[in-house]
Amino acid sequence: MAEAYRTQTAGGQRVGRILIYALLAVFALYYLMPLFVMLTTSLKTLDDIRAGNLLSLPRQITFDAWVKAWGTACTGVECNGLQGNFKNSVSFVVPAVLISTLIGAFNGYVLTQWRFRGSDLLFTLLLIGCFIPFQVVLLPMAQTLGYMGIANSVVGLIFVHVVYGLAFTTLFFRNFYITVPAELTKAARIDGAGFFTIFWRIILPLSPPIIVVCVIWQFTQIWNDFLFGVVFSSGQRQPITVALNNLVNTSTGVKEYNVDMAAAIIAALPTLFVYIVAGKYFLRGLTAGAVKG
Amino acid sequence: MGALSIRHVIKRFGPVEVLKGIDIEVQDGEFLILVGPSGCGKSTLLNMIAGLDTISSGEIAIGGRLVNDLSPKDRDIAMVFQSYALYPNMSVRDNISFGLKIRKVPKDKQEEIVRRVAKTLQMEPLLSRMPSQLSGGQRQRVAMGRALARDPALFLFDEPLSNLDAKLRVEMRTEIKLLHERMKTTIVYVTHDQIEAMTLGDRIAVMKDGVVRQLAHPQEVYDNPADLFVAGFIGSPSMNFIRCPVIEESGRAAVLLEESGQKFSFHAPDTAQTALKQWVGKEVIMGIRPEQITDRSPWSGDNPHVLSRSAKIEVVQPTGPDTLVLIHLNGTPVNCRVHPEAGPQPGKQMSLMFDLSKLVFFDPQTEKRIS
Repeated sequence: MAEAYRTQTAGGQRVGRILIYALLAVFALYYLMPLFVMLTTSLKTLDDIRAGNLLSLPRQITFDAWVKAWGTACTGVECNGLQGNFKNSVSFVVPAVLISTLIGAFNGYVLTQWRFRGSDLLFTLLLIGCFIPFQVVLLPMAQTLGYMGIANSVVGLIFVHVVYGLAFTTLFFRNFYITVPAELTKAARIDGAGFFTIFWRIILPLSPPIIVVCVIWQFTQIWNDFLFGVVFSSGQRQPITVALNNLVNTSTGVKEYNVDMAAAIIAALPTLFVYIVAGKYFLRGLTAGAVKG
Repeated sequence: MGALSIRHVIKRFGPVEVLKGIDIEVQDGEFLILVGPSGCGKSTLLNMIAGLDTISSGEIAIGGRLVNDLSPKDRDIAMVFQSYALYPNMSVRDNISFGLKIRKVPKDKQEEIVRRVAKTLQMEPLLSRMPSQLSGGQRQRVAMGRALARDPALFLFDEPLSNLDAKLRVEMRTEIKLLHERMKTTIVYVTHDQIEAMTLGDRIAVMKDGVVRQLAHPQEVYDNPADLFVAGFIGSPSMNFIRCPVIEESGRAAVLLEESGQKFSFHAPDTAQTALKQWVGKEVIMGIRPEQITDRSPWSGDNPHVLSRSAKIEVVQPTGPDTLVLIHLNGTPVNCRVHPEAGPQPGKQMSLMFDLSKLVFFDPQTEKRIS
């Protein structure tokens, strides 16, 4: 009995493996399906879309929809495509990501290496910031931006995203720096380095893994944000997510699915790009704090 | 002028007093050991000397200069840490010269110092390596090099050998001692390892619960412990403590002992006579080191303090150079250090020589030394 059972398990294991991979393949296909539909639809002509079904391949590949989405599609009253809004998004996402990451790193450094009375309480309070829904802060934030004189401006949008992102970036860096031995800072202090020198010369050079995590997270969050964009900006200054919404929801004329799809892919490209370039560091950075080297 | 003066230093964390008035004077070129169990305050004291922690009250002076309000970088000290604390993003060379760079030492001078330090510690080939490419012993060496480069008035070592394996620890211990003898630097060295304390120190400060229990030369601490704690902490295996009543026998104070139902007495050494006579009729704790109970000793023939007794062996533990034998006196297990050739057997009787000249006695209540 036992013998037979044992020989069976080897075969059983192989069958199990095959089942697992088959299941994974099915899931992968399932999740890739929307992307496939988007890509093929964006490359079809409108006639093609009407004639075929959702999954059929384009009979004739054309990039007209992409050109239109980028340059001439109407988003409300203007018909300049997404190009302007794409630039808008870049113009506030990049500074917002960099500033929030830098401040987060600084906060993490202070909260771990320069503890003070109440620093843990401060950190806990900051953490609560992670759980505040966007909608709650809309009105007070609008008022604050008004008082500061930066309402409806790129600076205002950067400010909102930096403030909202701080809770997350601080959390990332604090949890990363907590694994940095305190003796390192002590040694640097005895060597004569001051508060900022230690940060720039010792702590920040240790941080690339967590910087990558933070940048990916913040970039995705801010690039994909719709609510702050639609509330705190208008017209020419709107980010790409808002423009995409306007483009797709235009109720006049024919529904151009191929243009909608192309526009959606354009809007998603930067985040995809960031993931592909830095993705392998992302996982590495996320686990870096958990397992001590 | 002392290299380091610690005058009535107190440290409080909230209502808890972790250092209760420490007074230590360290002479120029002296190697001082702070030793004690974890939580005794030795590392806190070291951090306060370094300026990494504040003092609640008292004074610390380095080289005659009061440093209470000086930041670590202005105290003219260097420190070696348990985890080495090498800067992971810098090469060995940059690690050593980092402090010099911060202090704006000229480039060519920096080069010269790095070369000199590397030569002293024999690590020239390692200079361009990163810390992650070094072994534990090499990292420790770099950490010491970083301290040496600064040529400070005072070196602080915070358990520098605790992360090394046993063999390397002994090697590095010798190296540190050699370095000290060559450079004649003043060192304050924190450890919880009593062997390190004995081998390295010019003087040892044994600490417990924020108090210095004894501050003396290693041999003095070993032979004349100030109290029960010091006696038990220094020495491995530790001193045997036996509770026994004090009696008077032909005009001399003695302690009464019992082994396998047989009673006998140990006469106290002459130096202890006066003090112990006050305790006649009461119980004391007698301390005797394992090596004072042996199978035979070269000077036993004409030494009036050596007493021969037979005892039943319970356990035999060979360590190589000598064998530890466990017997029972007054119901207390007692370790004896005998020669392996004596061939002790568990369960058998064995004739043992007790050297009574170094007996010490403690008050069972206060745990202070009686004599």
